[in-house]
Amino acid sequence: MKARTRVGPLSTSKAPALDVDALIDDPATGIIVCCGSGGVGKTTTSAALALRAAERGRKVVVLTIDPARRLAQSMGIEQLDNTPRPVSEVDPAQGGSLDAMMLDMKRTFDEVVESQATPEKARQILENPFYIALSSSFAGTQEYMAMEKLGQIHADARTDGSYDLIVVDTPPSRSALDFLDAPERLSSFLDGRFIRLMLAPARGPAKLMTAGFGVITNALNKILGGQVLRDLQMFVAALDTVFGGFRQRAQKTYALLQADGTAFLVVAAPEPDALREAAYFVERLSEDRMPLAGLVVNRATPAPVGDLTADEAMAAAVRLRKRDPRSVVAGLLRLHADRSRLVEREARLREGFASAHPQVATAVVPALAGDVHDLDGLRRVGDLLAGG
Amino acid sequence: MSDWPDVRLHVVTGKGGTGKSTVAAALALALAGDGKRVLLCEVEGRQGIARMFDVDPLPYEERRLTTGLPDEGGRTGVVHALHIDPESALLEYLSMYYKLGRAGRALDRFGVIEFATTIAPGVRDVLLTGKVFEAVQRNSRNKSAIEYDAVVLDAPPTGRIAQFLNVSNELAGLARMGPIKSQSDHMMTLFRSPRTAVHLVTVLEEMPVQETADGIAELRKVGLPVGGVVVNLVRPRDLSAEHLAAARAGKLDRAEIAEQLEAGGIDVDDTLVDGLLAEARDHAERRALEDSQRALVKELDVPTYDLPRLPQGIDLGSLYELAGLMREQGMA
Repeated sequence: MKARTRVGPLSTSKAPALDVDALIDDPATGIIVCCGSGGVGKTTTSAALALRAAERGRKVVVLTIDPARRLAQSMGIEQLDNTPRPVSEVDPAQGGSLDAMMLDMKRTFDEVVESQATPEKARQILENPFYIALSSSFAGTQEYMAMEKLGQIHADARTDGSYDLIVVDTPPSRSALDFLDAPERLSSFLDGRFIRLMLAPARGPAKLMTAGFGVITNALNKILGGQVLRDLQMFVAALDTVFGGFRQRAQKTYALLQADGTAFLVVAAPEPDALREAAYFVERLSEDRMPLAGLVVNRATPAPVGDLTADEAMAAAVRLRKRDPRSVVAGLLRLHADRSRLVEREARLREGFASAHPQVATAVVPALAGDVHDLDGLRRVGDLLAGG
Repeated sequence: MSDWPDVRLHVVTGKGGTGKSTVAAALALALAGDGKRVLLCEVEGRQGIARMFDVDPLPYEERRLTTGLPDEGGRTGVVHALHIDPESALLEYLSMYYKLGRAGRALDRFGVIEFATTIAPGVRDVLLTGKVFEAVQRNSRNKSAIEYDAVVLDAPPTGRIAQFLNVSNELAGLARMGPIKSQSDHMMTLFRSPRTAVHLVTVLEEMPVQETADGIAELRKVGLPVGGVVVNLVRPRDLSAEHLAAARAGKLDRAEIAEQLEAGGIDVDDTLVDGLLAEARDHAERRALEDSQRALVKELDVPTYDLPRLPQGIDLGSLYELAGLMREQGMA
């Protein structure tokens, strides 16, 4: 595809350009986290970045969450087995390589439990209905597990030198922020008043067994039935042994995200909701002192060539339709008007973002006409990301 | 005439980015004609309704939102809105069914409410759907509450919808008996009945269409009634099939185009013609993709409704425009 440049007021963006190649070529960049709200093309962006980095000489692993089936197939990761697999057909000329894996959330969770508890205790936990509900739900667990897996791969890569760049795709959560909050939420849950209360009897001194607690157990018995409370107590008691481990790991991963070698890329689409989420995320990253590399605006409508305005095009289309209702040129002009209006609207949305966050380097990736489902498609996205 | 005359609960789901909240809101407007009362519920804590309708953030309380789309006779109904959060739903539930009083407050103080709603996902879903269930099942015994002709639920995304509605199954592992179990069974009876329809919003791209197909299969597997598929953000249809093919092949007649442009009163140069031809080729490629995906949507064998991509984006006026299109096509 030929690069198109537009002359006129829409091309003057306030945002500095994001230099994607400088980011992935920098040996100091060890982790790239792609985050953003659902449906903005995070998975494709992560895969395209990872492939580009690999073909420019990095030893890359990409951790994806939920890739489109055909894309997953083309990368050889349609199976959820939690192990990075080499992607074939990556050009090795620059000495790089690419492995990919798809996250199995439940299995990652199980592995954490198994690594922290004795086999006997682990079995108790894994079979508990509360554990099963917790570990297989999407309520923040997926986010936490993505972080957990990132921590594991990073630790392994450091000892055996298998990778020098990890690209992480974050789960399709409701809000982009869930990803950052998940470890904190899980560890504060494990530290929560209720959990401590449930543990109190097992820990001996009955001083916490206040009148209030009696009221609660009675209420819970009434609502849930005694079995549920017993399951819950067992779950909490069993999990108690692995508490410390969980919290420590969550904190370590969080620290890893704050480290210098990490770069966050916020991915958005030129839509108000997606850009609003992106803005929250940018603010949150700076509050948490997390290193932000920039914003990727995916699926931007390509700017039309020439300076025929939407209004002029529509007026001419109407005139032509009057003479010939099937006029192909009228159709072309209406398409042109439609596209010009979209481009204007998207530019306005981006400028709004740039005004509020002028320091955020931005890459705008034009929408492709078709879907991306093979390595060539990813290469094309990679070129576009790098401004080509 | 509506395709769903017996449906009281319209559940709207869709993959992220397909516009499911917009569709849910427009559907509520479309249903609220001729004196009908409609409730639009959201459960994901986003305050999307408040943003779309430009009102203050919604509390856990039914609020009159706006009037619906008038019918041919100009008769209109009313749309109410409700933002359901699990904490409030749990406290309401406890006070309603158990008259817990002091214990209810104690539960809150000891972090039980937080525990139940943040971490036990099945419980949270039951609370959210439970409140929706209550709004649908309402009857004249409850004097102060409004009875609705229809309830529209802006539901969680397609990937989670079957699990979300299949509440008794989600709880099965946790609560094998007791009042919660029997209440969730009761809810399932409504959700599985012809009074419920789960509509799926998609766009004509590979992954959303695949997810829609998977979602329908999952819903059918657990016996939940599949409604229609809303094909959203449809590109304009200004070129005929023959012209699209020519555009894709690069065979549109340049000279003729230049001539017609001039006839339309436009100053023609090569850049303009090249630009229009390139735009036409992009568009034709995109339309080819849409057509192939549409063939897949057709195979799903459910009623489909088309909504256009509006170049100006979504504002209050365009919600009514979409509502009108839904009504024309028989979705409401």
